[in-house]
Amino acid sequence: MSNKKATVFVRLKDGVLDPQGITIQKAILNMGYDQVASVRSGRFFELEINAEGEQGDKKIEEICSKLLSNPVIENYTLEYEK
Amino acid sequence: MKFGVVTFPGSNCDYDAYTAIKVLGEEVEFLWHKSSDLLNSDVIILPGGFSYGDYLRSGAIARFSPIMKSVNEFAQSGGLVIGICNGFQVLLESGLLPGALLRNAHLRFAGKYIYIKVENNSTIFTSTCQPGEVLKIPIAHMDGNYYNFDGEIEDLKKQSQVIFRYCDKDGNINDAGNPNGSIYNIAGISNKEGNVIGMMPHPERAVEDILGSSDGLKIFESIAKSFSKGIAIERA
Repeated sequence: MSNKKATVFVRLKDGVLDPQGITIQKAILNMGYDQVASVRSGRFFELEINAEGEQGDKKIEEICSKLLSNPVIENYTLEYEK
Repeated sequence: MKFGVVTFPGSNCDYDAYTAIKVLGEEVEFLWHKSSDLLNSDVIILPGGFSYGDYLRSGAIARFSPIMKSVNEFAQSGGLVIGICNGFQVLLESGLLPGALLRNAHLRFAGKYIYIKVENNSTIFTSTCQPGEVLKIPIAHMDGNYYNFDGEIEDLKKQSQVIFRYCDKDGNINDAGNPNGSIYNIAGISNKEGNVIGMMPHPERAVEDILGSSDGLKIFESIAKSFSKGIAIERA
């Protein structure tokens, strides 16, 4: 079975306050780069998967919604590569 | 009555909670996270700390420990559960309480005595408090900024699920009394049924005057009083 790799990006939903993003933006502005209008922080995970086809994809979706993201405040997107 | 205090890897207020129940004068035992046995406890305390190192999100991994499966079933059948600080975060991640806790708005760890107003004193957890009573209780957290959607906040208000709100010394609800940016100054909420409560302040650290305040004891006394009256103890 060939392993495939999934990358999961977790982001705060629009409208959820991101104090880390705001602080990073302030730092950027303090560095003199005044082109940056906003910063939103997030995180990503790389998963190697020993399952194929739609069944495997469904499991990954479950992992994303049950553990890797908190659906109350976060959205996730998934990218696969072989 | 018997209290059970859950110890997760990284819990650091489990002994404080244990001692608080000793001060209260009731029976108490530790519950290990890898066990699924609640040891016939009548009330479960999920204590503060940094369960599983706060990895991923506070409380996110503790939620999947064997003991939490039992705590979930216990809560859903009407058992009393109180989550304090990290315990509150675990209850939110478990879906036993609504909403989420974000990083403090000022991005700093907040460790100090604060004041909270008892918004609802007709709960199992606040029955010995006066209406609108101001309690002096310490906080110690990085992620205590309560967040929920506007509609959900309205529901919490309508259903009297907002139990504690941050306030100033005189009981005024304002920004100055809000230590972390929580919406509507929310410091503690309950579920709809009223048998599960979560709060960021640490009542177990304020149970004797020598600690700076004994206001926290009122919450444990309320539980004991409600229990002795048989309120809401209708476990299947």
